[in-house]
Amino acid sequence: MDLLGLTIKDIEESLKKGVFSCQELVKESFSTIKKHDKKINAFLTLNEEQALKQANHYDNLIKKDKNIFDEKPLLGIPVALKDLFTTKDIRTTAGSKIIGDYNPPFDATVVKKLIDAGAIIIGKTNEDAWGHGSSGENTDYEVTRNPYDLNRVPGGSSSGSGAAVAYGGVLVGTGTDTGSSVRLPAGFCNLVGLKPTYGRVSRYGIIAMASSFDSIGHMTRTVYDNAKVLEVTAGVDPFDSTTVPIKVDQYTKKLGQSIKGMKIGLPKEYFVKGLDDKVSNSIKNSLKILEKLGATVKEVSLPHTDYAMAAYYILVPSEVSSNLSRYDGIRYGGSREMFGAEAKRRIMLGSYTLSSGYYDAYYLKAAKVRTLIKRDFENAFKEVDVLIVPTSPTLPFKIGEKVDDPLQMYLSDIFLCPVNLAGIPGLNVQSGFVDGFPVGMQIIGPQFSEELLYKVAYLFEQETQYYKIRPKFKNG
Amino acid sequence: MSKKTLSTEEILHIAKLGNLTLTEKEVELFKKQLSSVIEYIDKLQEVDTKNVEPLSQTTGLTDIFRKDEPDEKRTLIPEEALKNTKSKENNLFKVKAVLTE
Amino acid sequence: MDKKYQPIIGMETHVELKTKSGMFCGCKNDPDAKKPNIHTCPVCLGLPGALPVANKKAIEWTIKLGLALGCKINKLSKFDRKHYFYPDLPKGYQISQYDMPFCYQGKVETSFGPVRITRVHLEEDTGKLIHQNINGHNVSLIDFNRSGVPLVEVVTEPDIFSSVQAKEYAKKLRQIIRYLDISDCDMEKGGMRLEANISLLNVKSQMTNNKSNSKFKLPNYKVELKNINSFRFLERGIEYEIERQREILESGKTPIQETRGYNAEKNITFTQRTKEEAADYRYFPDPDLPPINISEKWLNEIKSTLPEPFDGLFKRWQEKYNLKPELVELLFETAEESKKLEELFKKCIKEKLSVEKFVNAMVHKKIKTIEEFKKMTNIDEVSDDDLKVIIEKILKVNPKAVADYKAGKINTINFLVGMVMREAKKKIEFQRLQDLIKSFL
Repeated sequence: MDLLGLTIKDIEESLKKGVFSCQELVKESFSTIKKHDKKINAFLTLNEEQALKQANHYDNLIKKDKNIFDEKPLLGIPVALKDLFTTKDIRTTAGSKIIGDYNPPFDATVVKKLIDAGAIIIGKTNEDAWGHGSSGENTDYEVTRNPYDLNRVPGGSSSGSGAAVAYGGVLVGTGTDTGSSVRLPAGFCNLVGLKPTYGRVSRYGIIAMASSFDSIGHMTRTVYDNAKVLEVTAGVDPFDSTTVPIKVDQYTKKLGQSIKGMKIGLPKEYFVKGLDDKVSNSIKNSLKILEKLGATVKEVSLPHTDYAMAAYYILVPSEVSSNLSRYDGIRYGGSREMFGAEAKRRIMLGSYTLSSGYYDAYYLKAAKVRTLIKRDFENAFKEVDVLIVPTSPTLPFKIGEKVDDPLQMYLSDIFLCPVNLAGIPGLNVQSGFVDGFPVGMQIIGPQFSEELLYKVAYLFEQETQYYKIRPKFKNG
Repeated sequence: MSKKTLSTEEILHIAKLGNLTLTEKEVELFKKQLSSVIEYIDKLQEVDTKNVEPLSQTTGLTDIFRKDEPDEKRTLIPEEALKNTKSKENNLFKVKAVLTE
Repeated sequence: MDKKYQPIIGMETHVELKTKSGMFCGCKNDPDAKKPNIHTCPVCLGLPGALPVANKKAIEWTIKLGLALGCKINKLSKFDRKHYFYPDLPKGYQISQYDMPFCYQGKVETSFGPVRITRVHLEEDTGKLIHQNINGHNVSLIDFNRSGVPLVEVVTEPDIFSSVQAKEYAKKLRQIIRYLDISDCDMEKGGMRLEANISLLNVKSQMTNNKSNSKFKLPNYKVELKNINSFRFLERGIEYEIERQREILESGKTPIQETRGYNAEKNITFTQRTKEEAADYRYFPDPDLPPINISEKWLNEIKSTLPEPFDGLFKRWQEKYNLKPELVELLFETAEESKKLEELFKKCIKEKLSVEKFVNAMVHKKIKTIEEFKKMTNIDEVSDDDLKVIIEKILKVNPKAVADYKAGKINTINFLVGMVMREAKKKIEFQRLQDLIKSFL
């Protein structure tokens, strides 16, 4: 069995035909993990015993009724959950030592949905602690490595989920995207990564980073797989007041449809200084392919782009400092001294921007700039259907390169965080490879336009087939 | 753009607001790092936001409520509620005495 | 009493709503829970990843109270996070309301003048701390059953000028809340908590003496008196504070701005550590809770559930049944009860009984039904025929009284009535007896 060669569709067919069983699938998953994870550090907790039990149970269900896949569209699919996802009776750490032994008494809504759809939880993945980071280096545990080059970062904060899917340990790695955290690892690891519209997927049970930014997404190797998972995770949740009661589309249905006449916008402010030439060229080539597929490309403007990061780094730490207030060591976890440096920085920055005397100049001002940024996108979408921008201004950087300069680290999110400010969806697809490193391309659309993003991504993916390229574990 | 350097008092004050105790080394490190971030975020003062409403909900949702009915599906039994604490006494969480209210 | 200093008092009152479930979760709201930590869930326990969803009824009851206090209702409102660290506050912040409360600018009348209501807002309650000494160590034990219960806060302007007025205001507020039946206001259980902000104004150095017009300059300090759970303690605590502050001011100093508690045993106030030194609550709108529009339609729906206001009710009862408000108000708390009471009044009228006397009997003799009232006055116990037999007997053995009456001494009838009653060994309606006896004479 070659997990890196399988998709969700392949697995469903194989299970139905009896080519292999769920148990064999899950065993292969754990064996792959055991082979690579000592070096890659994608996982913090493995759920082997329960996973095998579940797989056995599903094998019995399949024997009884092959139509079970209608009820359980992800039946048997090995899934890894970012360690911000609360899982009942499975240790949940948020990548931090402070709750390193936290054992939740409940499941997050999304976890319940995945389990009800038949997915098998393989384990919990490593991440920048609390979601604070763009490289994976802010974990309180061992740093996750990029399977394409172990001296490079896999991107963060959902670093473990990205690496685990990239090296074939699982088919799906979930994540949260507050400023970059699903799209960037997807970009650095040759994956399809979705940051859904804020409010599309329930946040209940997902350890909060920035409450008005956190979008619950996931990474897969192919567009179809990604769309299939969204069909399961999306939807309004009575436990989350910020989920929107909009119908969940059948995201896989329109894949393969033509994108002739589709208007793609290139925000001119994104193609300026700081953008690596190699990245820029890769995107330009990809745009030519999209034009060949029938789309037209035109320049648009997002005039407040320059201010997005500043607004982001006021609003997010403000909400972070608030959301981390509950960790007082009384009901769970250890004392606040155990917070890592980045967490402490953000708590302090956020306390500062919310404090009396500074609230107006910082928080309130940033919230107003946020309105302007959202408006920029709305105006752009009056002229075009989607926007395409690079996922990262640089190629995957070396471990240790940016870790001592927090501001430099923050700037790696520069193309990604405006999307979170506006609450709109962004999908990373592979744009190409440069010097052996994955280069990601972000497709951005208006609120609740995931179906459209998948359409564009699918045709591009089928044309370029980058998902077939495998990590080489360079320097491993 | 203003050159913003936080003083030690300011660092200690905001650490207190966040209920954090810092080592001397941390105070110096954060002073430098936070000052550079604050200098960066100060660029927002350039933006004209007159008559612009602040945004805190990108969904546009309003009026999301639940009925006043007990829903004990999520209610935890005391064992579950207390299972992660390191200090308890007879199904109560225990802490060092807080000065009387 | 020294007229140099005028007490300036504002009050903050917290009231637990008697909703069935929590403010932001479905846990049972049970102030009488027999065991600790049996009504908690990820939300009210502040577990990582938990999210709040607002209880609609709690909002409606808050608005209802605001309306009953004559408040204006904000068309747009929201919840804000109020940050401070304390073991009974699981999230490290309380979901409350900051600059856009549901209700504002109301008024409560007292016999000393109106007390303006600044605002009425809604928030969640904290857990409960129990202090104990275990194995020689002082510990605090935390019960989160109460965490997340809907809590309404009523804040007044500093329009209260004496301890007596404070007590009257607090009692009236409780009466109004009980009337709406949105809370049991059980002060011993913490269902209603009183706080007073007290300072003394040096009136001699003020230009105006118009009390209910806030054109005077407020004192430059105030002392917060917290955690008072009885009206008597409120009055006493304020009195003690006034005296304490007067002494300090007389010595040329200014009382420290602080929070103090009241010790009932010693009848003193004492300094308490405050939760946050110069509390910087870092309020910001709670991103987990979308804003709330109070539409015309919704507001009218809530208005339609308001019972008849006290003033109208008492006026009506006074005119119709000649009832004194101070007396009849002792007989009911909620609007439901007032309606049941009015049913009884109507029954009285039907049976030609005096409502005034009935109310008197209810208050002083603690009777509850018309049957009991009748029994007490014994009206139907004796039939006319039986009475006639007794009357004949009495008249026979009292010939002098009969003669006196016939001679014009009208008051003799009272003597005869008394004799008949004594003989009958029952209380009989005076008028009835009198008429019966007269018919013999």
